[in-house]
Amino acid sequence: MSIVAVQLGQCGNQVGHEVFNTICGDVRGTHGLCSKKENEAYHDACTERFFSEAESGVPVARAVLVDMEPKVISQTLSIAARSGHWKYDDQSHFCQKQGSGNNWANGYSVHGPRNKEVIMNLVQKEVEKCDRLSGFFTIMSMAGGTGSGLGAFVTQCLRDAFPTSFILNHVIWPYGTGEVIVQNYNSVLTLSHLYQSSDALLVHENDVIHKICAQLMHIKQISFRDVNQVIAHQLGSVFQPAHTAEAGLHYSRNPLGDLMEALVPHPEFKMLGLRNIPQMPENSLAYSTFSWPGLLKHLRQMLIANAKMEEGIDWQVRPPCPGSSISSSHSTNKLLHFNTSIANLVILRGKDMHSVDLGSFRDPSLYTSWLNPQDAFNAWKTPRAFNKYEKSASLVSNSQFLLKPLDNVVGKAWNMFASKAYIHQYTKFGIEEEDFLDSFTTLEQVISSYTNL
Amino acid sequence: MTQSVVVQVGQCGNQVGCRFWDLALREHAAVNKKGIYDEALSSFFRNVDTRSAGDGPDIYKGKICSLKARALLIDMEEGVVNEILQGPLRDVFDSKQLITDVSGSGNNCPVQAENQLISKYVEGILGIASPPSSRAVGYKVYGCQYRENIVEKLRKTAEHCDCLQCFFIIHSMGGGTGSGLGTFVLNLLEDEFPEVYRFVTSVYPSGEDDVITSPYNSVLAMKELNEHADCVLPIENESLFDIVNKIHQMINSGKLGSTVKPNSLVTSSAGTAKTVQEKPFDAMNNIIANLLLNLTSSARFEGSLNMDLNEISMNLVPFPRLHYLVSSLTPLYTLADVNIPSRRLDQMFSDAFSRDHQLIRADPKHSLYLACALLVRGNVQVSDLRRNIERLKPSLHFISWNQEGWKTSLCSVPPVGHSHSLLALANNTCVKPTFMELKDRFMKLYKKKAHLHHYLQVDGMEQGCFSEAISSLSDLIEEYNELDASKGGLRTDPSRLKIAV
Ligand SMILES: Nc1nc2c(ncn2[C@@H]2O[C@H](COP(=O)(O)OP(=O)(O)OP(=O)(O)O)[C@@H](O)[C@H]2O)c(=O)[nH]1
Ligand SMILES: Nc1nc2c(ncn2[C@@H]2O[C@H](COP(=O)(O)OP(=O)(O)OP(=O)(O)O)[C@@H](O)[C@H]2O)c(=O)[nH]1
Ligand SMILES: [Mg+2]
Ligand SMILES: [Mg+2]
Repeated sequence: MSIVAVQLGQCGNQVGHEVFNTICGDVRGTHGLCSKKENEAYHDACTERFFSEAESGVPVARAVLVDMEPKVISQTLSIAARSGHWKYDDQSHFCQKQGSGNNWANGYSVHGPRNKEVIMNLVQKEVEKCDRLSGFFTIMSMAGGTGSGLGAFVTQCLRDAFPTSFILNHVIWPYGTGEVIVQNYNSVLTLSHLYQSSDALLVHENDVIHKICAQLMHIKQISFRDVNQVIAHQLGSVFQPAHTAEAGLHYSRNPLGDLMEALVPHPEFKMLGLRNIPQMPENSLAYSTFSWPGLLKHLRQMLIANAKMEEGIDWQVRPPCPGSSISSSHSTNKLLHFNTSIANLVILRGKDMHSVDLGSFRDPSLYTSWLNPQDAFNAWKTPRAFNKYEKSASLVSNSQFLLKPLDNVVGKAWNMFASKAYIHQYTKFGIEEEDFLDSFTTLEQVISSYTNL
Repeated sequence: MTQSVVVQVGQCGNQVGCRFWDLALREHAAVNKKGIYDEALSSFFRNVDTRSAGDGPDIYKGKICSLKARALLIDMEEGVVNEILQGPLRDVFDSKQLITDVSGSGNNCPVQAENQLISKYVEGILGIASPPSSRAVGYKVYGCQYRENIVEKLRKTAEHCDCLQCFFIIHSMGGGTGSGLGTFVLNLLEDEFPEVYRFVTSVYPSGEDDVITSPYNSVLAMKELNEHADCVLPIENESLFDIVNKIHQMINSGKLGSTVKPNSLVTSSAGTAKTVQEKPFDAMNNIIANLLLNLTSSARFEGSLNMDLNEISMNLVPFPRLHYLVSSLTPLYTLADVNIPSRRLDQMFSDAFSRDHQLIRADPKHSLYLACALLVRGNVQVSDLRRNIERLKPSLHFISWNQEGWKTSLCSVPPVGHSHSLLALANNTCVKPTFMELKDRFMKLYKKKAHLHHYLQVDGMEQGCFSEAISSLSDLIEEYNELDASKGGLRTDPSRLKIAV
């Protein structure tokens, strides 16, 4: 089954481009380290998911590019074409003359309705190119105006037009110290609206990826391209073909459906975080060897201690002992830092992954009590190595990972809202104070739900 | 891509505008090596086929034929505008883009006669250059007289744009034409083009200004700026003067050695179309021209984090009237080597916050920020931005509800001759002293009713206009006072919404 990507705004288009680039580089690579047959199956499944074949033989990304200003899309198209290995469909993009000016209301209430038909037609055309559609993968930032506002609007349209398809929104969380001053307003409006129409939100925090670039990738002057390459690597490690437990030897047919089934058991909880291991500069890879138990030990501790990367993990954090309630425990402090999960998915790629013991992720004490631990954990595997890493493991987690960033964004937006600053910019485009209040209410509810896991 | 139109009013406006067009051409020439009319060029220039008769049709694709500035030149005397038309930039403008006193067509407006009387009168009494430096005359008289003419020319200019995003007005606050007609045009733009942004670059008069009535003009104009501009970029000539001197000292002291590229100075006109001798204001006006170029660079050129013009007011104007943005440009000079060590790059960020780099006499570091934008050009990445924001933040005061009030942009095309540059825009209470000083100077005249009658003679000008204007200014100052008062206080966050579990 295929996934149609919808890239929205500057961030969405820049990240989206890097994702296709990574995926294409991975399937073209000679680093697969698996049987020829396996490699072919992997290649075919990947192509079906992400590319349609053009007459010229160059794979064409299953993507729709949308921005309200022309510069980013024209740049993205030309860089992609220059690679020679894949390209975007010449017809599958849409831009206008001026951006949404970082104004969510402008993107959502003005650009959205005005351009709905054109955008949905482009989507429809992409969908018609798929034999079978698994669903949509939208890529956007939540701080600007186009990705966030128009993105929320388009997501709603997708939900209406394709009620049975899955929608996964990939959302770039802004730097804490800001690129956009009204980013917290835009974020609150985006998240609350996506929460209504999306199946799940997969989040990347710019601050976290930036740190990974500095500390793990040892990049001195970090550009958005560097950041996007790490994001693309992480996303590729999840969305490249893998065997689910049920599908046995065949690659999973419905990647988005399988993901939702594994990770979103309840519509109140749909914030997904992503971690991976190992992550290092390419030239260090040749000198490194990894063992599965070592990788998974780190990955598990990254999960329970909510560490963003393999460096600086707090090894003191432990899951609560069965039966002990938090208040009576003598080690409340450690427990406070413990990250409770609803559901987790681990994806293993590379050599010898069949021998790996994943029991430590099945531990019921990692999970909230209201779900059967059997259902709360899933693993996907493939012997095909990913992106030059002989062994790699990724974790997609529906847990308290995003509780703190969410609480921060809502808190800062609320502070600003109390002073009524910038509100006039939104009412100009029809988003009123009540709309803000509704959004705040929705998100306070989400915060409360995740807090009380 | 969007387009912008520059409306330059009065002597100051036109002289600054002239420097802007010169440097804009130079910038695009440096980037656009193939001579193809591209989207970036289209934002400020039309490409006109001059071979055909008359105005000639716009050419949207292909070779550059003849570039025409998207500009309207307005002055009530011909001198400055004529000089421009005879200078090296003459081909960039055409006569349809001009409005001067004598070129105006229907001169049968009854006010005309009266106006000439006043003009003579004021000239005689005040001993200032003709026409009278009275905002009243600029606003009420010329404005009314030329309304149709101005509107028609604006419409024409707008028709040549396929997506007009912004008007840039350039004017002085002290001159009669600049302040009066400049703000008249501002109102007119709001009526005629309500969707299009209005950015105003205003040169404020100094204490020892040669125009005696400049405080009146400025305060009357301030009311219009308060009410009708989206953003105002205040400039003080004293600050420009100091910056120019500083650069000259740096060069003459030889401290920089031989590594300075003269044409990379922000004040330099080297390599431009100019052949005539430099005029006294030119070095100062180049700074203002650079301000406008850097302000619009991210809208014109590509980058990894674009900033469209509509993002400026969205991010920097939390309340409609508080739209005065203090700007600073760094580096003032650059050394010849292209690989910048990060120490020098960081210096560029530090300088942008220092008092002596601001384009008005103000100290943002010791006042309160409502919001701050950093517009970076050239070889600078997001990590450089983050590092410098983290580094500088502790020394700056931000208002409680906007502790992370930063807007940033990364444009990959640097200014000509530089490897990188920074424009900082601060919505900061440090503009207040400029306004208070203006108010004081106004009150000194107004208490004695000095020169008031020149204004009151003009039809439609009543004393009420003066009292309204001064109370508008006082209100603005009061708003800044209230913000400043919140600075020291304890911060208590408002309590969050409670959710019933
Ligand atoms: N990771 C990453 N973040 C980006 C990139 N470009 C922009 N951002 C982030 O996206 C946010 C800004 O939103 P944009 O995507 O630029 O805005 P937009 O969707 O184009 O909307 P408008 O420009 O307002 O019309 C900020 O939080 C940036 O940090 C990128 O290439 N990679
Ligand atoms: N920076 C700068 N300031 C100027 C320039 N020309 C004049 N000024 C300042 O502008 C003020 C005088 O206004 P002008 O622009 O000359 O007057 P005007 O708008 O033509 O109006 P009139 O009084 O009708 O001549 C004074 O404060 C001057 O210092 C210039 O080229 N550059
Ligand atoms: Mg954008
Ligand atoms: Mg004059």
